[in-house]
Amino acid sequence: MTMSTTYTRRTKDQLAARVAQDIFDGAVVNLGIGQPTLVANHLPKGREVILQSENGILGMGPAPEAGEEDYDLINAGKQPVTLLPGGSFFHHADSFAMMRGGHLDICVLGAFQVSATGDLANWHTGEKDAIPAVGGAMDLAIGAKQTWVMMDLLTKQGASKLVQECSYPLTGIACVKRVYSDLATLECTPEGLKLVDLVEGLSREELEKLVGLPIAA
Amino acid sequence: MINKIARSVADALAGIPDGATVLIGGFGTAGIPGELIDGLVEQGAKDLTVVNNNAGNGETGLAALLKAGRVRKIICSFPRQADSQVFDGLYRSGKIELELVPQGNLAERIRAAGAGIGAFFCPTGYGTQLAGNRETREIDGKQYVLEYPIHGDVALIKAERGDRWGNLVYRKAARNFGPVMAMAAKKTIATVHDIAELGTLDPETVVTPGIFVHQVVRIERVATQAGGFKKAA
Repeated sequence: MTMSTTYTRRTKDQLAARVAQDIFDGAVVNLGIGQPTLVANHLPKGREVILQSENGILGMGPAPEAGEEDYDLINAGKQPVTLLPGGSFFHHADSFAMMRGGHLDICVLGAFQVSATGDLANWHTGEKDAIPAVGGAMDLAIGAKQTWVMMDLLTKQGASKLVQECSYPLTGIACVKRVYSDLATLECTPEGLKLVDLVEGLSREELEKLVGLPIAA
Repeated sequence: MINKIARSVADALAGIPDGATVLIGGFGTAGIPGELIDGLVEQGAKDLTVVNNNAGNGETGLAALLKAGRVRKIICSFPRQADSQVFDGLYRSGKIELELVPQGNLAERIRAAGAGIGAFFCPTGYGTQLAGNRETREIDGKQYVLEYPIHGDVALIKAERGDRWGNLVYRKAARNFGPVMAMAAKKTIATVHDIAELGTLDPETVVTPGIFVHQVVRIERVATQAGGFKKAA
């Protein structure tokens, strides 16, 4: 990709810190598998946030010290975790009731594509030979009060992952409220994309060119 | 006298017929009733429909049951894993049927079976491939898909402690599907690490009341990942 101006992409940690900055004190949050789990490392000090793991944990803490792993205490990515004071355990039907029932404040998910109006595609590439797997993505996407996506704005080939209409199979319709990317933070609204912030050196007009869609200021 | 304690895994699994729907608890390394799955391989029932969150890992446990050709259909939310090669091979060669279900729908459909619900409208998956051709309905301005219960002939689950009435308590995130699967099967078999004297489990903290459990088998705590502890307790 060639651009007239120079700008620096957010690193994965900078992006995680940018997401963490918007998580409010007292929020109950589910961080999806993969990149979203990094957000936990960047929560601002003094903000009390309860992490939910869909396999049945509220109040999930960081990874245990080496040798202290307990394989009955794992996160949705199946890695050993710890429990914070005040934490609790529950079964799967209760766990997903927390989402659909509107009890979970925020979930942060990865994505293949997000449409300007907030449709999400993140579970299946739709390739014929691909074995589909969905896990809790659909429940989280439509269940949390706010669904945020964390992703690179462009594919490795330079195509925008923000699109007019998703070409990959959908996870949920009009469910994404915000997209946090390496180049910009945007809101998905019924009227289309709205700019929240940009990395230094990048203009809204340049961003519109990269995305190929209008972005309201 | 009521005594649901089975003498052995083999005794508990006796009589599971060919064609049975088997609900199998566990998520990741937590709550997998490994001894019961191994016992089911030995027991020999075939043409099974298996309900589990995943479709087996590596070559042991559920993967071994699949490899032995005993499973006709699997209902799960996340079959694809780094080490799901046994399932992957069977699926690609058309030797196993897959019903892919969002994880929360899987749990709620099982719960619904246990609770006697005929079907329910659920927002998850609306407008996606996984809603299939099922009936949809707008309720108070929101779109829902009609979901049907998943009944089991047998449920195989892993708990921490149980008594001869079948009351169960679980350990940490190993609880996962256990309580809902216990409710949804005609016969529920639970492994436990400890058998409690009747009356010694705190009734305020019993998670699965014994009415949902038919057989309890004590197993040794093993120092494997699926056993819960890294070190034997």
